[in-house]
Amino acid sequence: MDLSLKPEHKAFADEVRAFARENLSPATREKTFSGKHYDRDDHIVWQKALGKKGWLAYTWPKKYGGPGWDVTQRFLFENVLAEEGAPRILPFGPKMVGPVIYTFGTEEQKERFLPGIRSSEVSWCQGYSEPGAGSDLANLRTRAVREGDHYIVNGQKTWTSFAHWGDWIFCLVRTNPDGKPQEGISFLLIDMKTPGVTVRPIIMTDGAHHVNDVFLDNVKVPVENLIGKENEGWTCAKFLLANERLGIAEVPSSKRGVSMLRQIARIEPQDGGTLADDPAFTAQIADIDLQVQALEMSELRVLSAMAQGGAPGPEVSTLKVRGSEIQQRIAELTMEAVGEYAQPYQPGMLFHDTNETPTGPDHAPPAAPRYFNMRKTSIYGGSTEIQKNIVSKMVLGL
Amino acid sequence: MDLAFTPEEQKFADEVRAFVRANLPADVRDKVKNGKHLIRDDYMRWQQALGKKGWLVYTWPKKHGGPGFTPAQRYIFENICAEEYAPGIIPFGTKMVGPVIYTFGTEAQKEKYLPAIRESTVWWCQGYSEPGSGSDLASLRTKAEKDGDHYIVNGSKTWNTMGHWADWIFCLVRTDFKSKPQEGISFLLIDMKTPGITVKPIIMADGGHEVNEVFFDNVRVPVENLVGKENEGWTCAKFLLANERLGIAAVPQSKRGVEALKDIARVEQDNGRPLIENQSFAEKIADLEIQVTALEFTELRVLSQMAQGGQPGAEVSGLKIRGSEIQQRITELTMEAVGEYSAPYLPGLLWQGTNEEPVGPDYAHLAAPRYFNTRKTTIYGGSNEIQKGIISKMVLGL
Amino acid sequence: MDLSLSDEQKQLQESAERFSREKYTFENRRKIVATERGWLPENWAQFAELGWLGMAFSEEDGGYGGGPIETMIVMEQFGKGLVLEPFLPTVVLGGGMIARAGSADQKAALLAPMIEGKKQFAFAWLERQSRYNLADVSLKATREGNGWSLSGHKGVVYNAASADEIIVLARTAGSAREPKGLTLFVVDAKAKGLSRRDYPTQDALRASELTFDKVSVGADAVLGKVDDAFPVVEEAVDRAIVALCAEATGCMDAINAATLEYIKTRKQFGVAIGKFQVLQHRMVDCFTNAQEARSMTLMASLKIDDKDPMVRAKAASGAKVQIGKSGKFCGQSAVQMHGGMGVTDEMAVSHYFKRLTMIDLMFGNQQHHLTRYSNLAMAA
Ligand SMILES: Cc1cc2nc3c(=O)[nH]c(=O)nc-3n(C[C@H](O)[C@H](O)[C@H](O)COP(=O)(O)OP(=O)(O)OC[C@H]3O[C@@H](n4cnc5c(N)ncnc54)[C@H](O)[C@@H]3O)c2cc1C
Ligand SMILES: Cc1cc2nc3c(=O)[nH]c(=O)nc-3n(C[C@H](O)[C@H](O)[C@H](O)COP(=O)(O)OP(=O)(O)OC[C@H]3O[C@@H](n4cnc5c(N)ncnc54)[C@H](O)[C@@H]3O)c2cc1C
Ligand SMILES: Cc1cc2nc3c(=O)[nH]c(=O)nc-3n(C[C@H](O)[C@H](O)[C@H](O)COP(=O)(O)OP(=O)(O)OC[C@H]3O[C@@H](n4cnc5c(N)ncnc54)[C@H](O)[C@@H]3O)c2cc1C
Repeated sequence: MDLSLKPEHKAFADEVRAFARENLSPATREKTFSGKHYDRDDHIVWQKALGKKGWLAYTWPKKYGGPGWDVTQRFLFENVLAEEGAPRILPFGPKMVGPVIYTFGTEEQKERFLPGIRSSEVSWCQGYSEPGAGSDLANLRTRAVREGDHYIVNGQKTWTSFAHWGDWIFCLVRTNPDGKPQEGISFLLIDMKTPGVTVRPIIMTDGAHHVNDVFLDNVKVPVENLIGKENEGWTCAKFLLANERLGIAEVPSSKRGVSMLRQIARIEPQDGGTLADDPAFTAQIADIDLQVQALEMSELRVLSAMAQGGAPGPEVSTLKVRGSEIQQRIAELTMEAVGEYAQPYQPGMLFHDTNETPTGPDHAPPAAPRYFNMRKTSIYGGSTEIQKNIVSKMVLGL
Repeated sequence: MDLAFTPEEQKFADEVRAFVRANLPADVRDKVKNGKHLIRDDYMRWQQALGKKGWLVYTWPKKHGGPGFTPAQRYIFENICAEEYAPGIIPFGTKMVGPVIYTFGTEAQKEKYLPAIRESTVWWCQGYSEPGSGSDLASLRTKAEKDGDHYIVNGSKTWNTMGHWADWIFCLVRTDFKSKPQEGISFLLIDMKTPGITVKPIIMADGGHEVNEVFFDNVRVPVENLVGKENEGWTCAKFLLANERLGIAAVPQSKRGVEALKDIARVEQDNGRPLIENQSFAEKIADLEIQVTALEFTELRVLSQMAQGGQPGAEVSGLKIRGSEIQQRITELTMEAVGEYSAPYLPGLLWQGTNEEPVGPDYAHLAAPRYFNTRKTTIYGGSNEIQKGIISKMVLGL
Repeated sequence: MDLSLSDEQKQLQESAERFSREKYTFENRRKIVATERGWLPENWAQFAELGWLGMAFSEEDGGYGGGPIETMIVMEQFGKGLVLEPFLPTVVLGGGMIARAGSADQKAALLAPMIEGKKQFAFAWLERQSRYNLADVSLKATREGNGWSLSGHKGVVYNAASADEIIVLARTAGSAREPKGLTLFVVDAKAKGLSRRDYPTQDALRASELTFDKVSVGADAVLGKVDDAFPVVEEAVDRAIVALCAEATGCMDAINAATLEYIKTRKQFGVAIGKFQVLQHRMVDCFTNAQEARSMTLMASLKIDDKDPMVRAKAASGAKVQIGKSGKFCGQSAVQMHGGMGVTDEMAVSHYFKRLTMIDLMFGNQQHHLTRYSNLAMAA
């Protein structure tokens, strides 16, 4: 066991940092540190740069075009990028559907889809949830009926993040309405430009548009877009959910969040000094800082076990649970640090590149919206309650 | 609405205070003040004094020999007794079996049992729980079989508080094994001196002896000791549990506990200053005090509704939950205030009242045992999980 | 001691409840939010007609002789409906300070029309650096002939855009953060040199940044004593805090009711999600939190008229701590139990959640008031 970095890892970290400084647009970086929302280009331009370098699909094995990094390199890569203010990599392609395709797909499918994911030429979105199938995902009803060489898909997906930017959507669809719900589901890739696909925005509490309803009306999907066997999509789905849970802890961005919070506390005035002089407040920062460190060590322990050949087990659910609570707490403390000036609602400052001056300090406009928005983290990707149920059943045997 | 006491209420308060000062034995007061354990005789001397005055059963209606206090008087009485360091009234007779007897008992039973409860000449204990029946009380198996004029009782009860001091026990027993569990239970009064009863101590985490197992081996109980109808004991049991929950909030005791905690924090040192001047510790006390106030006003609101003719509903479960959590928090903060000197374990001083020199300040050796012991409050009288279950079902309709 | 409502108070409760229920359906409220003012003059006229604008003022001040309990009753119902009319800045804060510190002339000129529904106020105290310290005021008022000249900045001033008069807390003497040396001025909202930047708040109320550039006012603009406004402000803010607590209590009742209804109807795994014990217990905790909030609000409403300022301040801070804690718990739990629906704009829960969150930030959050309560308790 050793926490210190070997020279070659130090060199690697320097390389990543240099790359980020050269390739990350200053405007995007600025949005990160001021808490503004990114637009599509912020993500895609950056992801394409990563793709060109061969780093976008950094968790993939070499064989499928990943860089084949060890656990330490992955850790450094994620942390350095977070420190440098890079937007998180949208997971739908590189972390979700990509691994499903290289694990369950045919050779043709790998050739057809993996390059676009690695280069970020193609944007993906995730079509799992439906109005009646949230936590109870297996209850999904979107129907796919085989007709010759095609499936005809009818139904509705909801909460689809970034569907309005998506070129393709990977969907769970029902191919067999009889029998156990889990046994009649298939995993289907659908081109968003196919006739019959309609996307309708859902507006969030903070006014943001990230999620959508996706309506599928007699959408014709070629059978070669089926991943795995018909009616065995649940296997792909579960595989993917386990992958999703690991990244979702968001430790590097929480570390960045804590240091931004400290920065804000040093600026925010209080009683003639700053909030950083208030021991009650700094103790709360210390507390969340320690929580982040504990989570980081837990994640490192999981990664290290994986490096020795283990698969991520159900205990990664606890990473998701704690990770989301921590993200929420950082947002909450940041809002409290801003105090009364968190009250003005300034959508211009959040969503557009206006040159309007903010009311209050620069860091004020996103503080409350971010707090509201972060409530999602304990809901999506399997809610906290569901994750605890999983740990209770799979780990504790209850 | 008005918080101030009327002149009559003020006069009543003066009367109570004068009474307590004149009648509470000084040695008992001292023990309570210093957190020492009381013995049977300590309770009895005080309760008998109250009994003589007609105040022991202060919650009873006039017609059964209670003083018929208004909610305000009840509040005043409880608070002044606590402020003056009177021991808590043992509830088994006065708050539990007494009301069951005057509500469900025959005239003969009322005449036989109520006077001794009012005067505290008989010590009662509660025989509900069994090894296999805790939260799931209705699963109890101690059986009572009719044999002429008697029931023959066989089985065992557990967690019996102060059973080793008791003259009588009120028991839930099974008289019918065939119907629904709740429908085969009867409420039986049993003289502890009856042959076949054995009491065996259970030692608690703090080393104290306050609970027991009680074994029944062919114990003969006259049928006239049955309260209510055979197989309808569950009604009595539930009635009693609702009553129990109201008193269990122990607000006046908690108010006293917070004051005692402050006294300790004034004595304990922290960096050369009294601990109470440590902002972060002072805020913990403040937070606790606010919780106590919230609970007190909730209880006052319930009492005020009752004064207007309402019955305490399932929402009194909420009082039990918060009351028990607060009691625990007080002991926890007290132990924190004492710090390292909580570690020495001095059973002699604790249990036998020896005149051994304490290690550290006088109050130190009590802090940790109390903290350990008080974990019981969220378990007994229906655990907090069970209380939440009750509210969820009865109040929220879930 | 008596904690029951009188018959008149019960009637007041009923009519306020009816107002919220009828005029503040979710859809109606959306429409009101979208109007230019962000509230409806016809509602304000109705408040005047029903006597709500004058209920808490003494008869000699032209009011109807009620007090904090009446305010509590109405604010609680406003909380249930997320009512947008500027009752707090105008009546509780503005009216409260004028009643407490105003001259007979000022009462006649300001309070009487306010009670009739013809005048509205805003209270400008906060500055960029103030955080929750009411004495951290640096906007300067200097003598100018018989009158005064005001220069400086005020922030997050609720209702400034609709107010006829702005009540401004200014420094006339003393150094930064000194309670002594503060003075209140009543400034015409259209005064020369006063400029505004208006914006909505997170919870759809309206507030403004105000810049004072040599705004001239007469000697009669001073409310109360020169250099001695702090006790007046502190008391008014404590009263506003108690009113906010009542509003928060109403919000909690509403958000809990909506969540309870939701978990009884939303089905997953073939059952209503309210059948899952974690959600049941969390719902119970919400219910208990709201009970405690109600209890502390009642306590503070009963004590806010106490003769001893220490008792009043402690009561207000104690209640604010509870409301902060309970509001956060109920708000976050409601969102969580609604799943994805909880974070959308289309559900009422997210709007209650935002209001509860902002209430915690107004006039000092939970931590601020815990410190204040603790210091007051130590001093006692
Ligand atoms: C911002 C956001 C982005 C999202 N992006 C996507 C996306 O890109 N693609 C996609 O497919 N989906 C997406 N989702 C959907 C997300 O995965 C679902 O919201 C989630 O699965 C919960 O489902 P639900 O919202 O229907 O809540 P419900 O399942 O209705 O849950 C409501 C509440 O009940 C609880 N609950 C449910 N079942 C149980 C149980 N058995 N035991 C205890 N408690 C239980 C839940 O924990 C929750 O608190 C997104 C959601 C959000 C909010
Ligand atoms: C985008 C997205 C991401 C998700 N991420 C994850 C994830 O990371 N991990 C994950 O597993 N799920 C996740 N979910 C939710 C996932 O759909 C459910 O966990 C899944 O449906 C459970 O599979 P199952 O049908 O076999 O249910 P089961 O395994 O039978 O049960 C699932 C849960 O519900 C409880 N449950 C089921 N029926 C009942 C009942 N009758 N009474 C009480 N409790 C009951 C179980 O205890 C268990 O906790 C996600 C959903 C979406 C849409
Ligand atoms: C100091 C002390 C004094 C006592 N005095 C008396 C007395 O004088 N007379 C008497 O009759 N009894 C007495 N009791 C017994 C007391 O009432 C029981 O301990 C109590 O009912 C819990 O039962 P149990 O200990 O068997 O715990 P269990 O019932 O075994 O409970 C264990 C845990 O499971 C939880 N649990 C159980 N069921 C559920 C459920 N459905 N949902 C969620 N959680 C659940 C409980 O909350 C608890 O956390 C006393 C107990 C103590 C500790």
